Amino acid sequence: MTIRVAAGVVLALTATAASADTAGLAPKPNARAASISGFFSPFPFQGGEAIYKGVCQGCHMPDANGAVGAGAYPSLAKNENLETAAYPVSIVLKGQKAMPFFAMQLGDQQIADVVNYVRTHFGNKYRDKVKAEDVKMMR
Amino acid sequence: MTDQPLAPSRRSLLSMIGVVAGSAAMYHAMTELALADTSTFKGPIKLSQPPSGASVLVLGAGIAGMVAAMELRDAGYKVQVLEYNGRPGGRNWTLYGGDTYTELGGFTQKVQFDAGQYINPGPWRLPYHHQGILHYVNRLGVALEPFTQVNYNAYVHSTDAFDGKPQRYRTLQADFYGQIAELLSKTTKQGALDQAVTQQDREILLDALKDWGALDANHQYATGLEAGERRGFASDPGGGLNSVPIAGKRIEMNDLLKSGLWAAIGAGLAYDMQSSIFQPKGGMGQVGKAFGKALEPLIQYNCKVVEIKQGDKNVEVSYIDSRTGGTPKTMSADWCVCTIPASVLSQIPMNVGGPMKAAINQIPYMAALKVGLQMKRRFWEQDEQIYGGVTYTNQPNTMIGYPQWDFFSKGKGVLLGSYCFGTPAYIAAAKPPEERIKDALEYGSKIHPQYKDEFECGVAVAWHRVPWTLGCAGFWTEEARAKHYDNLCAMDGRIVLAGEHASRIPAWQEGAVTSALDAITRLHKKAMSA
Repeated sequence: MTIRVAAGVVLALTATAASADTAGLAPKPNARAASISGFFSPFPFQGGEAIYKGVCQGCHMPDANGAVGAGAYPSLAKNENLETAAYPVSIVLKGQKAMPFFAMQLGDQQIADVVNYVRTHFGNKYRDKVKAEDVKMMR
Repeated sequence: MTDQPLAPSRRSLLSMIGVVAGSAAMYHAMTELALADTSTFKGPIKLSQPPSGASVLVLGAGIAGMVAAMELRDAGYKVQVLEYNGRPGGRNWTLYGGDTYTELGGFTQKVQFDAGQYINPGPWRLPYHHQGILHYVNRLGVALEPFTQVNYNAYVHSTDAFDGKPQRYRTLQADFYGQIAELLSKTTKQGALDQAVTQQDREILLDALKDWGALDANHQYATGLEAGERRGFASDPGGGLNSVPIAGKRIEMNDLLKSGLWAAIGAGLAYDMQSSIFQPKGGMGQVGKAFGKALEPLIQYNCKVVEIKQGDKNVEVSYIDSRTGGTPKTMSADWCVCTIPASVLSQIPMNVGGPMKAAINQIPYMAALKVGLQMKRRFWEQDEQIYGGVTYTNQPNTMIGYPQWDFFSKGKGVLLGSYCFGTPAYIAAAKPPEERIKDALEYGSKIHPQYKDEFECGVAVAWHRVPWTLGCAGFWTEEARAKHYDNLCAMDGRIVLAGEHASRIPAWQEGAVTSALDAITRLHKKAMSA
């Protein structure tokens, strides 16, 4: 997967770098303070719990049990698919089916933190930790 | 990794920006790329008499499903429709007072709006060139009224500029255009453009810039009557005595540039945002309702599809009651038009080929939030002379939409207090509805201090919590389109997909209509040759 869009290319008022450059929208330095209003603005949360509560629980729910409607959001509680840490890292980075990709809105450390948080909470007891470098290598 | 979503490229991202915001960002980009997709609607469809007894099962009673069902029925097919919700329309949806909406996670909101007040959580506008959806709206007899996208007296606002004081769109645009024209005139006179413009054209260009930017005889964007005719006046002209207009003071170019507000003044330049735009009287959901009525006996509600199985002779669909579950029932037909959103369809067993499956599996659905806020009085009209249109802000609520009906009413009004996408919409979805409303009030009160006194009740729809879509619309990237789009749209045996996700006008109802018409045209051709 290639990331070819600048995080600075966002909606109306946060678009300080709105005009596309022909080189494929390489990130441009943004003189103005970071805003969370843009389509791909970084999430302003640090630490696994804050990221989970600020973003992930929108779909996976506060108790991580997921939800069922016409389709479903999978439960992350006591989830054996989390055993290999690379799997959730890959899903968060690249998405899968209804799960959107978050490679542009979450940094390496944020992804490591939230994966570590989920793998040690909600009935999950996986002791090995993901590091930011591991996430970086999977981008 | 063939079924992984591909990160957005420039083109898809830009079209998204345009779809969601009607933003200047899209315009800036379009001038470079010239990439607006137009509707392929070419007038009412005419299908010939189908083979005797031919039947079609339509999955989903949203706009795509109901267009398909109506046209196939009219052609002579035996048509049945299965719908997850207890109402027709899908994302064509209006919330009125008395409605109850339960999102995923069980968070239930009872809409407390007064009679006549509403919010459209999904689509809210119909551009004039979306002739496909307009055709059906007219055919169904749904009345339309104007939708103003650009209101020159609404605001552009940034917490980081002009001490957080909202600026009138009119003033910002006039001052920005005027000073660009002034700069360019100066440059032209200095001969810097001689390479690009002939001596003869130079004079024409200077005239054009004067005209475009409202410059005075000296090619200055001065504080005077010329500029006032664009930006307005500190005191407007009038009749009788004491009626001399008083010019206002322009906002200087360096302040304009630093403010970032220039990014909000291109709204309305994008193709999908140009006048005229319409909205159905009484809410967008009137269209879905009228469709449902026209198809009444054909639609079976509260049916959750759990499997789609095709064979040599037919397609068999298993479904359960979406409220109570229970043992699956089956329904079959010769053909199937499936309009279930890809986010949901990717989770339903369906025996189609690898290419279609890979295509379905790689469309993530976007985050979006809409918050409706009922206010005791229409202070934006009474205090600020804002009648319809949209205010843009750099805060997470992104937009404030003013009700486009009942102008000058002495009664209440419902504001669209937030309409955002991406990051702020994800953050909102992770909060309970009442907190989303609280946030919208907090942001909005920075622009309209009246909020705090006038607010009565609200409703907040975060699209990732909507049980039947898991997001607001399919998010295509340019790479994904190149690789998967044709495979998504191509008929697989007896099954064809339709919906905004199977169109090049994503998130718009016109995409759903044109996708459905194309799908049934191909289905019909296959049925005729079968």
